[in-house]
Amino acid sequence: MSWYRALLRLYPLSFRAEYGGEMAAIFASRLANARGLRERVALWAEALVDILSSAPAAHWDLLRQDLRIAVRSLRRSPGFTLAAVLVAALGVGATTIAVGLTDHVLVRPLPFPQAERLVKLYQDQSFRGYSRMELSPSNFLDWKRESRSFERVAAFTSASVNMIGAGQPLRLDGIATTGELFGVLGIPAALGRTMTSIDDAEGSPRVMVLSHRLWSTAFGANPDVIGQSVRLNDEPHLIVGVMPPHFNFPSREASFWAIRRFTAADLEDRGNWFLHGVARLKDDVTLAQARAESSAILARLAEAYPDTNARNGAAVVRLRDEVTRQSRLMLWALAGAAVCMFLIACTNLAGLLLSRALQRHRELSVRAALGAGRERLVRQMLTENLVLAGMGGVAGALCAVMGMPLVALLVPTTLPIPDAPSVDVRLLSLSLLVTVASGLFFGVVPALKLAGSASVQGLKEGGRTGASRSTERLRSLLVIGEVTASIVLLVLAGLLLQALWRVQNVAPGFDATGVLTLRTSLPVPKYDQTARRQQFYQRVLAEVRAMPGVHQAAYISYLPMVMRGGIWPVTVDGRPEDSDNTHTASMRLVTPGFFETLQIPLLNGRDVRDSDVLTTPLVAVVSQSFVDRHWPGQEPLGRQLSLARGDITVVGVVGDVKVRGLERESEPQVYLASAQVPDGSLVFYAPKDLVIKTDATEEALVPTIRAALARIDPEVPVSDVRSLHAIVEADTAARVVQVRVLGAFAVMAALLAGVGLHGLLAFSVSARAREIGVRLALGATRANILRLVLARGLMLAAIGTVAGTICAAWAAQALQSLLFGVNPGDSQVFAAAVAVCVMMALVGSLLPAIRATRVDPLQAIRAD
Amino acid sequence: MPPTTAPESLIPLPPAVFHILLSLADEDRHGYAIIQDVTARTGGDVRLGAGTLYRSIQRMLEQDLIVETGSRPEPEADDERRRYYRITAFGRKVAGAEAERLAGLVQLARASGVIPRKA
Repeated sequence: MSWYRALLRLYPLSFRAEYGGEMAAIFASRLANARGLRERVALWAEALVDILSSAPAAHWDLLRQDLRIAVRSLRRSPGFTLAAVLVAALGVGATTIAVGLTDHVLVRPLPFPQAERLVKLYQDQSFRGYSRMELSPSNFLDWKRESRSFERVAAFTSASVNMIGAGQPLRLDGIATTGELFGVLGIPAALGRTMTSIDDAEGSPRVMVLSHRLWSTAFGANPDVIGQSVRLNDEPHLIVGVMPPHFNFPSREASFWAIRRFTAADLEDRGNWFLHGVARLKDDVTLAQARAESSAILARLAEAYPDTNARNGAAVVRLRDEVTRQSRLMLWALAGAAVCMFLIACTNLAGLLLSRALQRHRELSVRAALGAGRERLVRQMLTENLVLAGMGGVAGALCAVMGMPLVALLVPTTLPIPDAPSVDVRLLSLSLLVTVASGLFFGVVPALKLAGSASVQGLKEGGRTGASRSTERLRSLLVIGEVTASIVLLVLAGLLLQALWRVQNVAPGFDATGVLTLRTSLPVPKYDQTARRQQFYQRVLAEVRAMPGVHQAAYISYLPMVMRGGIWPVTVDGRPEDSDNTHTASMRLVTPGFFETLQIPLLNGRDVRDSDVLTTPLVAVVSQSFVDRHWPGQEPLGRQLSLARGDITVVGVVGDVKVRGLERESEPQVYLASAQVPDGSLVFYAPKDLVIKTDATEEALVPTIRAALARIDPEVPVSDVRSLHAIVEADTAARVVQVRVLGAFAVMAALLAGVGLHGLLAFSVSARAREIGVRLALGATRANILRLVLARGLMLAAIGTVAGTICAAWAAQALQSLLFGVNPGDSQVFAAAVAVCVMMALVGSLLPAIRATRVDPLQAIRAD
Repeated sequence: MPPTTAPESLIPLPPAVFHILLSLADEDRHGYAIIQDVTARTGGDVRLGAGTLYRSIQRMLEQDLIVETGSRPEPEADDERRRYYRITAFGRKVAGAEAERLAGLVQLARASGVIPRKA
């Protein structure tokens, strides 16, 4: 029988109390009537089925009843419901987004089998400021051959090609790689095959693998594409495979992977660093072991080839860690802010629920007096709170789904992951969990508190609403916490906003106004010859300059802020390159008119001219910082430098340009005349970006330019049409997003803190109406009362402000590297944050304070 | 439940509820008696479990189909743990409506020849 009683525990308490005794009695008499073991067993089985089916049903009955009551009671107070749902939605939405994003970028393993064993290989040239320098082909091959730590090793470099053979000529960004790459990554093709080391063999056909995106867009997802041949930069390539849709490597921009073989010229120059090494560690080798071995190998190479390899070390970095410190910090800041938001939302919710529970004290006392057990009351309140949290959770999840694309700009492009975390089951279950947890926690506490005190006492008119002292203390703490978190968020948002302004105010060194850029990449070997390229440039520029509204146009090899590399070693005045003092410069090839188009000031000398050709002496235009570094206080014109080739004469000096973006130090710049490049050399560096200074709109101009280019050479694709403004803006896009997100969080936090304070004071004023009445009756003035309530609100705000300021100062220190030189202790920002919070506190306290002064002493006392 | 509820809104009834209503139609009974009565009426085909019974009773009380009675018909045989239930007028209406529904179904079945007509 005790078994049966135990089973009865599956029913809700109220049900058991009501019917448990009778059920047990029925079972007992049936058992007594049962004859023989078989009948007994049958009876037990029957009872088991009966209980297991009807117990959940009984729970469901109660839940339905509670839900009905909850909906009815929430409908009666729409203001409270809306506030609670909004607050919960904010908390859940913010947490989901931030956790989703952080998890996506920093935590979740990369989408490769055993991704933790994937590493990247770099030459460590810290002695001249590059801790992660790409590899030269010979160094890569030696490293690969000598190491025993890696299962497989591959090298790749980015490749921009013109593809002909799939309809219109296409400009594509992809990867040129050794055959092992896919073996290293461990991902098979979705269609056909990937490349292997066999494809590295000289003489075998050049092969390529398509990204799923390229396959869908350019080849109409046709499976017959396998075995088809296309021309990449006029070189026939055999398509051997298509990768699965979510394969991204090394970043989501890559649209194809083509085989890269090393030429004799590649192998000759150990100082030509352009390869990214990627490797898979052997199962029994640790990262530390691989690092030690690699350092030894590079040390040997440094000894063997001192000219190029002296002091070059090895850097072996987990692929997962290819996230800049800045991205990482931004994400942690976001996650921290979201946690603050969540805590604020929770405390606010708790406050709301607590005060509502206290307001309903009488109602609950009545219900308790009418026989509702404590369990029923708690259960019903919990249901109500879960309904609230559920609505908030749904709204929050919706916010997260809609908000996620907005924050996708915070996902760094350096990782092989999609640009936005998909809002998947995991993430939604997190929302659900957060919701349920907050609903339960913040539902249970007030419910228990109240159900415990819901007794006859609650029915006594005038009895001070139960449990108020400790509850008020708890709520005061919650409000202090909210103020603290708001201050932290406000300060951080303020500092980051200042940093953003500062970055945006950095002069890029050029004037982006009215500058349109587009890319026309010349196919090789068709345009191998410099003269042929120059012909093309001159025809295009002549036609473009003649178009209405165009003031100037020019070509450059790579746009600033788009291509941040292109850094070359440089020597000046024939001084031998001493490895202690290797100088570098950012090199670009230009056509005449580039500086005028971008309004880069010509400070001295002249621009390159059409008359600077292969047969005339080599000329260069350098930036002011180049002069400052190499010839401080001296006349730079006529000086010699050597970069890629020797004996280049400086003929002009221009202003500096932020090649590496607004936030970073850029190397001094050297511009060479594109017409002076010898045939067949630096072909990949040939100018392809057309810049146009114009009054005409993009819509008006671009079709005309496309038409002109189609006339000049229909095989040249036009791509990357955008304004220079857009390029500069893109440089700060991640910051803008971050400031907006944090700013929004901060404003909401301050509002919520104000609301929380208001709720607390309003409640305490109505609870203390009698005391206030007595005070008034005893001669306190209205001003005294006003001061009393205001002082309480401001006191709480002050404590929160002090705590918040301390936390904010600490957090700002941690974020210092994101602040772009803004003082983390910036007094203006702190003052503003405090001012906002004090304002919110004042506004929040004022209404209840005024209400307190309106208490009618007679009525308040008579109510007893 | 407010008595204004239309009987039809509760139709179709769960079988257990219908059996309980039928069992209470002729006299007030306590839980165990209902179980025994239903078993007897159906020739042992329907054996209500205690859990199913009381869960149904709880809902039927809420829906106003039955009430608990204070009167206990046989004082000497009465077990003080037992509560007696009585069908309400509303309960009768609902049981009637359910019976009509079932009769209608049977007619339909006859018309389509699923059940042979009685000779």
